[in-house]
Amino acid sequence: MATAPRSARPGSPRLSPILDGDAVIRVRALRNSFGEQVIHDGLDLDVRRGEIIGVVGGSGTGKSVLMRSIIGLQVPDEGSIEVFGEPVLECDPVEAIDIRRRWGVLFQGGALFSTLTVAENVQVPLREFYPHLGQPLLDEIAAYKVVMTGLSPDAGPKYPAELSGGMKKRAGLARSLALDPELLFLDEPTAGLDPIGAAAFDELTLSLQRTLGLTVFLITHDLDSLYAICDRVAVLADKRVIAVGTIDELLELDHPWIQEYFNGPRGRAAVTSAATAAEKAQGV
Amino acid sequence: MSAPADFQHDVANGGTLRFTGDLSLRSIGDLPERLAAAPGPVATLDVSGAQRIDTVGAWVVHRYARDHGATVTGLGENTRHLFDQVAQADHPIEAKRPEPGTFARLLGEVGEAVIQAFRTLYGLLGFMGGTVVAFGRILGNPRAFRFNATVHRFEVVGVQSLGIIGLMSFLIGIVIAQQGAVQLRQFGAEVFTINLVGRITLRELGVLMTAIMVAGRSGSAFAAQIGTMKLTEEIDAMRTIGVSPMEALVLPRVLAAVLMMPLLAFYASLVAIIGGGLLCWISLDIPPITFIQRIREVVPMTDLYVSLVKAPVFGAIIAIAGCFQGMQVEADAEQVGTRTTTAVVQAIFLVIVLDAFFAVFFTEVGWN
Repeated sequence: MATAPRSARPGSPRLSPILDGDAVIRVRALRNSFGEQVIHDGLDLDVRRGEIIGVVGGSGTGKSVLMRSIIGLQVPDEGSIEVFGEPVLECDPVEAIDIRRRWGVLFQGGALFSTLTVAENVQVPLREFYPHLGQPLLDEIAAYKVVMTGLSPDAGPKYPAELSGGMKKRAGLARSLALDPELLFLDEPTAGLDPIGAAAFDELTLSLQRTLGLTVFLITHDLDSLYAICDRVAVLADKRVIAVGTIDELLELDHPWIQEYFNGPRGRAAVTSAATAAEKAQGV
Repeated sequence: MSAPADFQHDVANGGTLRFTGDLSLRSIGDLPERLAAAPGPVATLDVSGAQRIDTVGAWVVHRYARDHGATVTGLGENTRHLFDQVAQADHPIEAKRPEPGTFARLLGEVGEAVIQAFRTLYGLLGFMGGTVVAFGRILGNPRAFRFNATVHRFEVVGVQSLGIIGLMSFLIGIVIAQQGAVQLRQFGAEVFTINLVGRITLRELGVLMTAIMVAGRSGSAFAAQIGTMKLTEEIDAMRTIGVSPMEALVLPRVLAAVLMMPLLAFYASLVAIIGGGLLCWISLDIPPITFIQRIREVVPMTDLYVSLVKAPVFGAIIAIAGCFQGMQVEADAEQVGTRTTTAVVQAIFLVIVLDAFFAVFFTEVGWN
């Protein structure tokens, strides 16, 4: 079943997308296509428990499609996907629901239900999976989740249409955290946020990951996020994951896209800002 | 797979609750209720015995500690962080804005509906004016006319609805003839079925049913298309580029509806007459040639004029109502749905009201 990467990149066996040990997400030989257009072909990826993995790739390389395949919104042509050791493509509906309640997903636009208030949005998954919880406790859970994601308490009774883009993302995050998931999927969480908001969101992700012991699958274009919070970065190119590793490890590869991505003017700026932030943190 | 959350009460040292099991959302069960009923007094909450704590567990313990002035002990590094986070986030929020009482709400809703009705009327009149102005501008500068867009709308509004309108009219013709024949047979006046079919379809039903079908097919589509474009900021983009949405979107649709409606109405009347004729032939033994001769004798030309005058007006109403409601969409996707519904309801309502006016008017001018 598991096929080795067809063209191993120079000096990169340790940057292989396949891990030896325990993995929360295990994708093997994934193939996705839309009509004639093949998005993924023989894609492998393992995600370790408790890590923040950043997924990068040019536009159209299928980052979102990969996420949608893992969470079961897109049925792949071929391949196998295991989450928490369960094969998500083959398991029966009851098992699928059991897996679903162990992950949370933040979609790009927040995907809040527009007819419900922010607090009600957060309560939807709770009501769905834990109907026995009393309304007072539901309200309290919604309250601390909303505040925890950095929204002000008066955002609770607001409808999504009354929120700004950044607030929608935070509300979406609050909803994705509603079930205290072990695994969190974030699709470009900082896109469209101002740099201060983006940095705050990164910090929030990191602190939640530390406190709750989350595994985070983070799709992003934001180099600052990659430097600031990701334990490892998976690079999507040539229809598969060409390498997974820390940014320093990735920089040792001579793949043109990786070099351009991390060594371009924006990449270097992100390095500097990450270094400054680290110095500041040490100074305090 | 995980032990349910539980606690033991220990009376020593001013009272201690020792938590055990899995303090998480999945296994919290009725712990909050049991905790509320727990005997006091309690000075310390010991969570060192708990296996796994998530935010819900932390919240329940934190809430109890807050309400009873107890302290939480037995925290590891991670759980302390978790408790800090939860404590920091402890701000009561409203899940929904408080609602006024029934009477106040009723009054408010009636008031809002009245204001809304006048606003809609005002807006619709303004929109009609805007359409006329846009049309005037196009007349002054024919090059700005979107010929291709308009012709495309001709196809969507006109050609593509031929099938469904034809089928509907054919059936209506049959129903009128059949019902007419049954009633008129009682007086031995079956032959007047032809008068009935000919006049009612040509003068009233052909154009009215077509208008209803076009409102359902095209008016709703106009509202949904323009509404979605409004949501995705396409309309704003058009305006910033300097393209007038009135000229680019509304005018082609209105023109298409105005020009297609008479043709569709005429076609619908013809098909209905064919349907009626077919039924007369089959069930009343009136041969087609006699049917056609009789139609020519009893249906005055003014009936056709009546329907040809009404049709473009109805078309304009339907298109303008659709485009107007589409342009009113703001904020969220739900509005596209409600606005589309409103567009169809408004269009059909206005068409029927106008039809009543037309009926009186044409009788007064002697076209009966």
